Amino acid sequence: MKNGTNPEADRDQKICLSFNVEGGNFLSAGEASIRLKHTLQHIGYPASLIRRVAVAAYEAEMNIIIHADSGVLKAEVTPEAVTIWAEDKGPGIEDIGLAMQEGYSTAPNYIREMGFGAGMGLPNIKRCADIFEIETHVGIGTKIRIVIFNKQKTN
Amino acid sequence: MVLTEVIRLLSAEVICGHDKINLQVESACAGDLLSDLLTFSHNKTLLLTGLTNPQVIRTAEIIDLAAIIFVRGKRPNGETLQLAQEKQIPLLVTQLPLYECSGILYSAGLREDTSKETREEAKES
Ligand SMILES: Nc1ncnc2c1ncn2[C@@H]1O[C@H](COP(=O)(O)OP(=O)(O)O)[C@@H](O)[C@H]1O
Ligand SMILES: [Mg+2]
Repeated sequence: MKNGTNPEADRDQKICLSFNVEGGNFLSAGEASIRLKHTLQHIGYPASLIRRVAVAAYEAEMNIIIHADSGVLKAEVTPEAVTIWAEDKGPGIEDIGLAMQEGYSTAPNYIREMGFGAGMGLPNIKRCADIFEIETHVGIGTKIRIVIFNKQKTN
Repeated sequence: MVLTEVIRLLSAEVICGHDKINLQVESACAGDLLSDLLTFSHNKTLLLTGLTNPQVIRTAEIIDLAAIIFVRGKRPNGETLQLAQEKQIPLLVTQLPLYECSGILYSAGLREDTSKETREEAKES
């Protein structure tokens, strides 16, 4: 899958974006989420909503980079909602209950020195999301689905 | 508060975004934990931090931070600077430590934006 440059808009005003995210690649970390954010700005989504989408996507993108080997960040944007999928191949999460706790992190020190690994990522995503689903298999990978509704519809 | 006032109060040096020193900042936040900052920052917010890696600039772009001040004389590397130039985010450097910077700006009337309530409202609306 190619990193999406041209969002494809179909008749139903649906925009689909897809970005490859490489584990350990901190140089371009955040680019996918920023592209998603720009897309929403471009189509005139409300600022408060864009912020929630951007934060949730960024945390999900960073989790792939920090914790997994490789993954994809996908988004589907309609006038009603933004849906984000973050799917990775990686170690998976052993104890989701623990991972969802604020402050719980297995990130190594060098990650913390970069300012990540505060253990706030998943809680942040949940806080920003209207729907948050996580599916994980140890040794295989993790899938997250985030839905954020646009209550003040753009058109 | 206008950025020039921040620059004066903290004896800061502008290292990126010289043309943006007249912008208005309405709140400030401080810290070295990016995820924490993602939870309580708002528009037109100034970030005070000791982190100088490119991730700080990306975070700034995600939540539309107005400007970044590196404390204790820390200087970002070329990568960070280049990214900030691309994204047109003003960067300042002050020799003062974080605690002192926060105290000075707070006393001068620059406060952290209302946190939780605003967040929840944003979700409700
Ligand atoms: N995509 C993922 N793959 C494997 N483990 C993950 C993933 N996302 C989160 N985790 C686990 O859940 C913990 C908490 O995640 P998070 O709240 O984002 O905090 P942080 O990323 O700062 O550690 C992580 O430290 C890690 O152990
Ligand atoms: Mg995380």
